[in-house]
Amino acid sequence: MSQLIYLDNAATTQVYPEVLDAMVPYFTEYYGNPSAIYTFAGNAKKAVDEARNILAEGIHAKPEEIYFTGGGSESDNWVLKATAEAYESKGKHIITTKIEHHAILHTAEYLEKKGFEVTYLDVDENGLVRLEDLKAAIRPDTILISVMAANNEIGTIEPLAEIGAIAKEKGILFHTDAVQAFGHIPIDVDAMNIDMLSASGHKVNGPKGIGLLYIRKGVKIRSFVHGGAQERQRRAGTHNVPGIVGFGKAAQLAFENMEKRSKYETELRDHLIERVLAEIPYSRLNGDRTKRLPNNANFCFRFIEGESMLILLDQNGICGSSGSACTSGSLDPSHVLLAIGLPHEIAHGSLRLTLSDKTTREEIDYTVDKLKTIIERLRSMSPLYEDFVKKQNQ
Amino acid sequence: MYSEKVMDHFNNPRNVGEIDNPSGVGTVGNAKCGDIMRMYLDIDDNGIIQEAKFKTFGCGAAVATSSMATELVKGKTVQEALQVTNKAVMEALDGLPPVKVHCSLLAEEAIHAALWDYAEKHNIKIEGLEKPVTDIGEKEEAVEEEY
Repeated sequence: MSQLIYLDNAATTQVYPEVLDAMVPYFTEYYGNPSAIYTFAGNAKKAVDEARNILAEGIHAKPEEIYFTGGGSESDNWVLKATAEAYESKGKHIITTKIEHHAILHTAEYLEKKGFEVTYLDVDENGLVRLEDLKAAIRPDTILISVMAANNEIGTIEPLAEIGAIAKEKGILFHTDAVQAFGHIPIDVDAMNIDMLSASGHKVNGPKGIGLLYIRKGVKIRSFVHGGAQERQRRAGTHNVPGIVGFGKAAQLAFENMEKRSKYETELRDHLIERVLAEIPYSRLNGDRTKRLPNNANFCFRFIEGESMLILLDQNGICGSSGSACTSGSLDPSHVLLAIGLPHEIAHGSLRLTLSDKTTREEIDYTVDKLKTIIERLRSMSPLYEDFVKKQNQ
Repeated sequence: MYSEKVMDHFNNPRNVGEIDNPSGVGTVGNAKCGDIMRMYLDIDDNGIIQEAKFKTFGCGAAVATSSMATELVKGKTVQEALQVTNKAVMEALDGLPPVKVHCSLLAEEAIHAALWDYAEKHNIKIEGLEKPVTDIGEKEEAVEEEY
């Protein structure tokens, strides 16, 4: 078994060698500022344009609708704050969900302090937004609906086309945080009526520190980072040319290989899920069984706590993540697991394993084998398990 | 993020288990917050702690502080065991990250809870021991939910 089994691809991914190769010349050779007038800068400008074309094409957008940012969190901040500001005269009500990433949730909370009203939709036990809840939440003063494309913890894929259709019918802007979904599952901004979309480079084997916001032509949101005239005066700052080139290359590979990759990861993911549920007692799968990202598996194991599990996995060279309070730095476990209705003590025992196209079946089998031993060990020292067993024997 | 001592006590926890007919047993913490510690004490007629065992549901620091707490009280008198504070547990572990300090407080609380149980069972009053806050009431119902 290799020394490292990396199963935290929802946190970040490896930069593919092809991606790095594509980036390197833009550090060392074509380092010119694409905004400059001389021929030397032309190569950099051309590379930025090419990347923009690839990224736009992948989601059926126009190149001039793609704006490069510093990452997914910036895109989310920009879209919420700028939409609120631009459409304030129309209304001050925003609809989002309880399971969004904190880049959306904390920005929404910030807007609440600024006098906006936010409805946080509940989700069902699999993490899906209920369309009737969405319809019921819409008011005359609703200016924006922001629902993530796929959840970062439990992998649930939201019904974007249906949400987009509702938003369009009501004349409300629709934003989706597609940081986890972009390049992993098909997204069509036209067919799905998406007006704004956030994506990030490092979740699709591109570099960190680069993201994008797609803004449909005609949507009047303004600059968030003020300064130079880059990005059609909507996002100042010298272009991160190597980052943009890397993002473009990574997206190109992701879109080209999506079908194959998705099939491979889905099979492996299902093998992982089946083995865990069959071989580890008192375990459950979080999120929808089929409407989920190809590479995401998220479990809860009763009577144990997530951080202990992560430390022991790490000692076996396995990288995973958990929604336990101890890994979040607060006393509450993951807001997503609570939103799907799990009690606190069960949410504390969660484990997220996210695969890549490089993950092998051997790695998955090794991980499940280790997991069984680890969970058994932690349960043997858990007072909750002791009580449970005593109760069973009564 | 953890010291070597913490990792050692997490990987090789001392005194994990239960004691049959313990002189005192106490459970503290709250599953809601992700930590529950149960401490068993076997105390002889001279008031000396002969044996200490624990079971813990919680993070790496929770396991390590429980383990260290049992080590520190073993062989001590009841009065001496009362001096095993969260600070003593932390120091013995070469420190804890700031967000994990509450684990050491829980360990101290577990010792007190077990001693309180001992005092009640034996109808004695331990000088300087106050009724500990045991906060596990909420766990019972929810944890039984069907899978």
